[in-house]
Amino acid sequence: MLVFLFRRIAGGVVLVVVVATATFLLLSLTGTNVARNILGETASPSQVAAKNHELGLDETLVVRYGHWISRAVHGDLGQSWFTGDPVNQSLVNTLPVTLSIALVGMLIALILSIALGTVAALRGGWVDRAVQFASVLGTAIPSFLIALVLAVVLAVQLGLLPATGYVALGTSGAGWLQSIILPSVALAVGATAATAMQVRGALIDVLRADFVRTLRSRGLSTRSVVYKHALRNAAPPALTVLGLQFIGLIGGAVVVEKVFGLPGIGTLANSAAVRGDAPVLLGTVVVTVVVVVAVNLLLDIAYGWLNPKVRVS
Amino acid sequence: MTVPEITAIPKRDRLLRRTLRDPLAVGCLVVLVLVILASLAAPLLTGYAPDDSVLADTLAPMSGAHPLGGDGVGRDVLSRLLYGGRTSLLGGTLAALVAFLVGGPLGLVSGFYRGWFDAAAGWLINVIMSVPAIIVMLVVMAAVSQDLNVAMVVLGVIMAPLVFRLIRASVVSVREELYVDAARVSGLGDPRIMRRHILPVVVAPSVIQATQLFAVAIGIQAGLSFLGLGKSSQASWGAMLNDGFTNVYTAPALLVGPGLAMGVTILAASLLGNSVRDALGTTETRVIRRRRPAPRKTAAGVPSDRLLTVEGLRISYPKPGGSGGDKTVVDGVGLTVERGEVLGLVGESGSGKSQTAFAVLGLLPDEAEVTADQLAFAGKELLGVSPAALNALRGRGIGYVPQEPMSNLDPCFRIGSQLVEPMRKHLGISRGEARTKALELLARVGIPDPERVFKSYPHQVSGGMAQRVLIAGAVSCDPQLLIADEPTTALDVTVQAEVLDLMRSLQQEREMGMILVTHDFGVVADICDRVAVMQTGRIVETAPVEKIFASPEHAYTRMLLDSTLEGGPARAALDAPLKDVTS
Repeated sequence: MLVFLFRRIAGGVVLVVVVATATFLLLSLTGTNVARNILGETASPSQVAAKNHELGLDETLVVRYGHWISRAVHGDLGQSWFTGDPVNQSLVNTLPVTLSIALVGMLIALILSIALGTVAALRGGWVDRAVQFASVLGTAIPSFLIALVLAVVLAVQLGLLPATGYVALGTSGAGWLQSIILPSVALAVGATAATAMQVRGALIDVLRADFVRTLRSRGLSTRSVVYKHALRNAAPPALTVLGLQFIGLIGGAVVVEKVFGLPGIGTLANSAAVRGDAPVLLGTVVVTVVVVVAVNLLLDIAYGWLNPKVRVS
Repeated sequence: MTVPEITAIPKRDRLLRRTLRDPLAVGCLVVLVLVILASLAAPLLTGYAPDDSVLADTLAPMSGAHPLGGDGVGRDVLSRLLYGGRTSLLGGTLAALVAFLVGGPLGLVSGFYRGWFDAAAGWLINVIMSVPAIIVMLVVMAAVSQDLNVAMVVLGVIMAPLVFRLIRASVVSVREELYVDAARVSGLGDPRIMRRHILPVVVAPSVIQATQLFAVAIGIQAGLSFLGLGKSSQASWGAMLNDGFTNVYTAPALLVGPGLAMGVTILAASLLGNSVRDALGTTETRVIRRRRPAPRKTAAGVPSDRLLTVEGLRISYPKPGGSGGDKTVVDGVGLTVERGEVLGLVGESGSGKSQTAFAVLGLLPDEAEVTADQLAFAGKELLGVSPAALNALRGRGIGYVPQEPMSNLDPCFRIGSQLVEPMRKHLGISRGEARTKALELLARVGIPDPERVFKSYPHQVSGGMAQRVLIAGAVSCDPQLLIADEPTTALDVTVQAEVLDLMRSLQQEREMGMILVTHDFGVVADICDRVAVMQTGRIVETAPVEKIFASPEHAYTRMLLDSTLEGGPARAALDAPLKDVTS
């Protein structure tokens, strides 16, 4: 198990470095007009040159990359080109918002997909077909469209929940839940649909397994056979799918944050992209990948815990 | 070598016809065609250019001049909806096309040649897929171009891994096929093998994949333009949603047009893909509900030592593909087991002996149709009783030893807990008592280190061990009848004899009745009191074991005996000269 985890962590670190490097190179393509963009059309050539020097843009690409990566490994992701704010501070401010809606969304997806997948696998017939059809729709519809409908109908028209804004968990638990529940639901739909289908398929396979027949031959109740034994065996592949869905879910969060006016990583990345603020954008990419790696690591641990062949060896 | 091409075309043709028989698929196609036609005919349907802004028309109501009104900056909504459709359709098509142009050939090469290229591609794909697509798009649009079409080309590259995986998996699955080998041996070059044997296989899944990528790309493009990225001159549904959302308190109706257009287009494309998949028949997995069977006669007047009475047992299954009637696998079987008696149920594979055993246990698959004149255990009718009553009997009254040890233990639970759970349920004892009893049982079945095995997971013990564990489990709640389905077939020859000895001694010390399903007359001679011989779902002969060996009556019994006696010693001599099972 420790070896397994160590390899996953090492793989995750490599992944973060590779993605950060690729993003850095891609963003360096913008380099030419940055100083002029910041200073405006009226700036003199000497002002532009001074700004370029201040941002370190007069250095070669290799030197700039060396600077960035040596500061990054010490945990410093630099400053915004436009506001001069430390990127770290912006990330610390925005990350809790995105994590809130993404993790609550994952939790909703986890619970609903197990429930729906189990019902579909056990009941069969029209229930199964209805769940399958709903999951095709759920996977196809982009989360921000669902978010728009929820925001317009439940928040704006009916006034049931706040339409915009974020309340920190530390400020008010109830307020926090109210501010994130709609975006979380919108994000959960796609992951729920895809994972439910995986749960359904895995459960149908497991219920046909020899050991299920033997468990039944021992006189165990259907409840124990299905919910204790079969579901436990069906869980690992479903977790793998959920892990992949998380990546899509984080992507969806970028747009959903805008719908609900949430000051998260997505909003930060969006404004940085519109302005061409490379350090901020790079920071959001790095932190996103770190979050993806961390969540998948957690799912790996859960996977190992559920699968004795991984845990005990 | 033109045969595969000829067979491939009708196949695709059939797929198309089957898809078109699905009304939902036809509906989706009609919707998509309408969206395409409306977008193409935009200049004919509206006189306004999508970015003509007239200040006076800001949030204009619906009217003759503006059928769908004006938007937040005075542009014609209908015009933007139609031209926006062009952007969406073009974007979706571009992304799906690029994804296939990049991912397809790479997947083909990677799956066909494997090796270092395959490994490198797999790694690169994990990197690409670990970053959310929309974040990459933000970076790309900031760094390269604000043009949505350029962005969609890049999106195609980002989505190419999905195509790569699909094509690679399809290629890997067919490249091992014999006809591909045959083609290679006959001197066909690799490119020709790919074109003629492999391309036809990947066409249908690719169609499904393409519809999904198309839908996803439209969603992501709309997301990007909703975020305010893209050139303002490019009309798009996402930008319209943005405009509508900005005016959500004054003119929420602006959201309806682009929201509907986008939702309907995306759903039509993905439901169409789903219909193609259904037409391929890959999602056919149905669980059929059990119909409660009922006995035709109630049990009456059975001798008191009689454990099990089976009369007129019939088992049939619906033929695959629906209306084709039933296939009968057990036809009028009757047998009895007395207390302390071992009945051998012998026959070739497919003779229905295991089906008969499972019918007694009530463990046949749900789609099995079971009827019997009588199926009684200790004087109580088993057919038609509630699942709870059956669960109370299984394990407690009737124990079961399966054939294949390794697949019959739950891999996720420790062996100890799998032994403890039924005992706690049936015997109503505490966890500690059940644990003590389980350890005694493990010692009794000949496991040298019960504590260790108790704590082990099934994958940590050998097949012979696992079979002993299963025997311990079967007898843990002191059943009166033990049903063993070829309990030694999957074991090594030396272990076979030991397991058989164990079962015989357990049977004798507990005076259990036993049904031993087997095809091995050596096992029969060793352990059985009586033998029932099954052939094609019927019992052809039942007799005491001495009589079966001395003077078999039925020709089929003689044939089985001859084949065993000729084959038996030879195999035993080769495999295990010292521990000869067939005595």
